[in-house]
Amino acid sequence: MPLTALPSDLAERLDQFIRSLKKGELKGSYDVAHQTLLFLRRLISQSRWSTAKDLRERIRLEGKKLISTQPSESAIGNMVRRVLKIIWEEYVSIISGQGVDSGDTQESLQKMLRADVHVDDFSKPCPNLKGRVIESINELLSELEGSADSIATQALEHIHSSEVIMTMGKSRTVEAFLLNAGKSRKFQVIVVESAPSYQGQELAVNLAKKGNIETTVITDSAIYSPSWLDLKAVCGSHALALAAKHYSVPLIVCAPLFKLSPQFLCSEDQEAFNKFESPQNVVDFYESDIHAKVHIHNPVFDYVPPELVTLYISNIGGNAPSYVYRLLRELYHPDDYEI
Amino acid sequence: MSEAGKTFTPGAGGKGKKQDVASPEQPSQKKKLSKAEKRKLRMEKQKEQKPDANQPDAPSVKQPEKKSDVPQKSKAELKAERRAKQEAERAAKLAQKGEMPSTNQGSTGGQTKPRSEIIKKERPRVSDDIKVDDPSVLKRRAKKLEKQQVPQRIDSEKKVNLFNHLDQFERSISLTKELSFSSGGIHPAIVMLGLQYAEGYICGANSSFLNQCRPKSVSMGNAIKYVKMQISNIPQDKSDTEAKSLLCESIDSYIKKKIYLADDAISNILIGNKKIKDKDVIMIYGCSSLIVRILCDAHEKEEIKFRVIVVDSRPKQEGKEAAKRLIRCGVKCSYVLINSVFYMMPEVTKVLLGAHALLANGYIMSRVGSSLIAMVAKSQNVPVLVCCETYKFSERAQTDSFVTNELGDPDDLVHSNSSVDYLRNWRSIKNLTVLNLVYDVFPPELVSMVVTELGMIPCTSVPVVLRVRNVEG
Repeated sequence: MPLTALPSDLAERLDQFIRSLKKGELKGSYDVAHQTLLFLRRLISQSRWSTAKDLRERIRLEGKKLISTQPSESAIGNMVRRVLKIIWEEYVSIISGQGVDSGDTQESLQKMLRADVHVDDFSKPCPNLKGRVIESINELLSELEGSADSIATQALEHIHSSEVIMTMGKSRTVEAFLLNAGKSRKFQVIVVESAPSYQGQELAVNLAKKGNIETTVITDSAIYSPSWLDLKAVCGSHALALAAKHYSVPLIVCAPLFKLSPQFLCSEDQEAFNKFESPQNVVDFYESDIHAKVHIHNPVFDYVPPELVTLYISNIGGNAPSYVYRLLRELYHPDDYEI
Repeated sequence: MSEAGKTFTPGAGGKGKKQDVASPEQPSQKKKLSKAEKRKLRMEKQKEQKPDANQPDAPSVKQPEKKSDVPQKSKAELKAERRAKQEAERAAKLAQKGEMPSTNQGSTGGQTKPRSEIIKKERPRVSDDIKVDDPSVLKRRAKKLEKQQVPQRIDSEKKVNLFNHLDQFERSISLTKELSFSSGGIHPAIVMLGLQYAEGYICGANSSFLNQCRPKSVSMGNAIKYVKMQISNIPQDKSDTEAKSLLCESIDSYIKKKIYLADDAISNILIGNKKIKDKDVIMIYGCSSLIVRILCDAHEKEEIKFRVIVVDSRPKQEGKEAAKRLIRCGVKCSYVLINSVFYMMPEVTKVLLGAHALLANGYIMSRVGSSLIAMVAKSQNVPVLVCCETYKFSERAQTDSFVTNELGDPDDLVHSNSSVDYLRNWRSIKNLTVLNLVYDVFPPELVSMVVTELGMIPCTSVPVVLRVRNVEG
């Protein structure tokens, strides 16, 4: 059954959302994830669909549009996948009359043999699906909202007193993490300023002002030197990670689960995920002699290979990088990796 | 100028010689000394180049007068100026007494030997410049400065804990305010040089003659050492003017041999050995005059077709200058900030780095950020070549960037070109400090090879080169 057009107000909202994504009005992946989720909830409640299959088709379609507007923002795709998974779960639990354990989506030999909850037909009508899906999405929303907090509460498990911690740029999660630890422990933070965005400076000012944490700002180039006395480096770029590895300093990455993406990337795939910004931040346009003849690159993202990371701290606890595949299985349905 | 001479010579002995040393007719000589003065002047930055440099001279000539002039000698630190003075005195003494008939040219060989022996005997001393955290050292220095009519810089009150042992100065404080022109203690040329250093206008170890005397730099230490030696080697029977011209000559030859010709040689070695090939993508960092020159040579003389990625970092952004020079030569360039190094590294075939100094343990001291690039290159299996003249080799050994380093002006980090200036009032925030390191030190494992005018050597050969140099004098 072909999908009908979206109701006009919904289509308008979609356009608006896409526009703001394109303009980069939403700062940070948290906002993006949050807005995506709100939009998907609206889509489910307001668009016309009769079966789970229709709904999944609809979400896939609109999700694709959203993802293609900002491919480097993996949070959009992640949220779309989470919603698809929610629909699948709710549908299965309604059809089979029992709850599906969220950790149990994987095909195992044993399960295939037993074949008790094997659902691949989504076309059965299912009356109370909408309510349950929306309820689950609300749960997901509250998980999203609390993710930074739940990561921050783990801070005391990882930071001891008079520790020296190096971090880079500005991340809401890391800021909350450090501020929370700073409430009860005395430690020192070295913040890399991360030119050309200088978010590191912002973080440093926040930490020193709000948290009374002893903070030092250094330039990007100075990462290597002080690393050997860092006991921990939190959330960083590849270079920082390498420096940490070089000095055998543990590298901790703080990331809420909504940032976990099922994409397979390695350092050679830079083009697949990176984003470039205006060279103006690197060299001012008034220095036109440089601009005229020199290629100036200003990539936004960096890739940190898993072997350099000691620990991921997500809102459900700390995990080794090797365990991430398992988290992925729990969060997303394998069928939805490719939308 | 003679005034400058006076400051140099509180002691009775060897006045004549001393005055030549500082006399105005010898520009290069003046500069050399100025460098010495300079260091004192700036105090701040000087790190000790070679702790042993003063000592070998001092004990080698035992003169009663000297002891009385230089009461501070017993303390660990002797300033370059004092060293020069001693040398001059000694030279004069020798001339007067004629105690060494072979003093003239022959003395070169004679002196070097005992010197190296003395080096062995000397107990290594720690330079005061890295003991700023010790109040007694500060006091001593202040006294000395006062005596020498050198204006003192005021130490910044906001310092990073770890670096309490280093000087932190701020540019905002005028160095010359206190210095009246009639003070006569310091020659104007010296003052000028000092200010240039202080403002960081001259950077890079050899973009001009003066740069070899960059304060607190290793190369400067070596240059001073050389001049000192030349002074002591001046034939004693020559008149002042002759001696002066001789000195100038030797200094000129040092500059020529150690800097210009060395650069030529390095450039030839690199290109001659086909280390730069067609289709190469070469990453460079900052603006090393030597490296830019090699690349320009390779492009213009050999017509090798390669591409350059200039990596730059705040706050100085010297890479812009490198990029400008390269595009003027017609070399294809890309320009990135240091945070994109990892992004660029996959396409890079070679990394060329300049060095500030090569330390005796094979570690490399270079502009802050070089180590990062070397590390990323190593992780991606890209060869790292360090180009360095041998005059930058140092007898010091160091394994981290903390013990001896230079702290740049933290305010340099504040003027960012971003619209939001987060750090504008950083001084008013109690817990916030800003650290602007100038050098870093990285281990030889990160470097594939060092290209010097003597050929391509591994980092670990530094002590060998140093030894050979000592023997040669």
